[in-house]
Amino acid sequence: MSEPLNVDDTSFKDVVLGAEMPFLVDFWAPWCAPCRVIAPVVEQLAVEYEGRIGFAKVNVDENARVATEYGIRSIPTLLLFKDGKPMTQIVGARPRAELKKHLDASLT
Amino acid sequence: MDNAYQLLIVGGGPAGLSAGLYAARSRLHAVLLERAMLGGQIMNAELVENYPGFPQGISGAELGSLMEQQAQKYGLEMVMAEVEGIALSGDGKIVSTGEGSYHAKAVIIAGGSEHSKLGVPGEEDFTGRGVSYCAMCDGAFFSEQAIAVVGGGNVALNDALFLTRFASKVVIIHRRDQLRATRILQERAFAENKIAFLWDTVVESIKGDTQVRELGLRNVKTGEESGLEVSGVFIAVGLSPNTGYLSGLLALSPQGFILVNDRMETEVPGIFAAGDVRAGSARQVASAVGDGATAAISAERFLSSA
Repeated sequence: MSEPLNVDDTSFKDVVLGAEMPFLVDFWAPWCAPCRVIAPVVEQLAVEYEGRIGFAKVNVDENARVATEYGIRSIPTLLLFKDGKPMTQIVGARPRAELKKHLDASLT
Repeated sequence: MDNAYQLLIVGGGPAGLSAGLYAARSRLHAVLLERAMLGGQIMNAELVENYPGFPQGISGAELGSLMEQQAQKYGLEMVMAEVEGIALSGDGKIVSTGEGSYHAKAVIIAGGSEHSKLGVPGEEDFTGRGVSYCAMCDGAFFSEQAIAVVGGGNVALNDALFLTRFASKVVIIHRRDQLRATRILQERAFAENKIAFLWDTVVESIKGDTQVRELGLRNVKTGEESGLEVSGVFIAVGLSPNTGYLSGLLALSPQGFILVNDRMETEVPGIFAAGDVRAGSARQVASAVGDGATAAISAERFLSSA
């Protein structure tokens, strides 16, 4: 799996919470310009961390339940899950190097 | 030498992209570094109505993307990397980034600014959970809810007007008794039923549980304290320059903006500044592109005389 998986309200639990490896979830919407900026960065990271960290995308327009459950009120928000729990919340388009620091931290 | 250029441009907003366009057309060996979002701050503006040439206005995201395409068309190299420091080395400059080092004879700093924070309790904790700095990104989460906008400038009023599409009520909280925003925006805001104003008022705290519930307010004239129940607060209280990494290298204003002359030259030969990041900027897209062009022309002159 080298591309972020599109998950929805229904599949979120199985895919993300049930995963054995850490999972980075990109909450986004089509009308959000910074979301379009961060998407290719997340795609690159998905390739780079393949097999070590899972990557998923949640379209908040279509999946309000999971966005509400995690209190998402800004997009893009990246939520990094470990052992089924949100560990780090990253709001806004941030530099790649900063994202990598959080990802590396989740692997220790 | 790896990563060696004639000109390095820090920042991919309107100032940096204009400088890059000029540099590329001058066939300088140039690279532009952007840390997060090519296009810069305007990418978050719903509609830019004061940039000449677009009588119907243009979305900030579209304008930013057009500027990027135009620089790209002439071959400007653009790299996503965050600059962490600039050091002088002989007659060149070494620019260190999160993704390795670059060498350049000349540097244009067009790193822009970012939204200032209020610096009150709760602001950091609730960021992304009701505290927002981007109405365009987050407005839709507040459908039929009461929200507040803090500030009295153009960004604050544009945000408030945009947010009336979603929110049931928008309260503009401003520390003075009059607005800084341009007249036409004031007229629109005063005419909008959903917008109310709290004058002479500052936010002292942001409270809530899993999300924002209430703002603690204080009237700066009477000292009276009060609470305002809202589920979101959009903060638009001005901009701080991205110059933390430059202290000790360049002369900065007390607020941290880079001091330049009218050719956009800093006190260090071969280092220029353009756009929001320089002291005295009008902080408009129109002035930023002018700065970028001026800085690129000055840099080219510097390179050909060096």
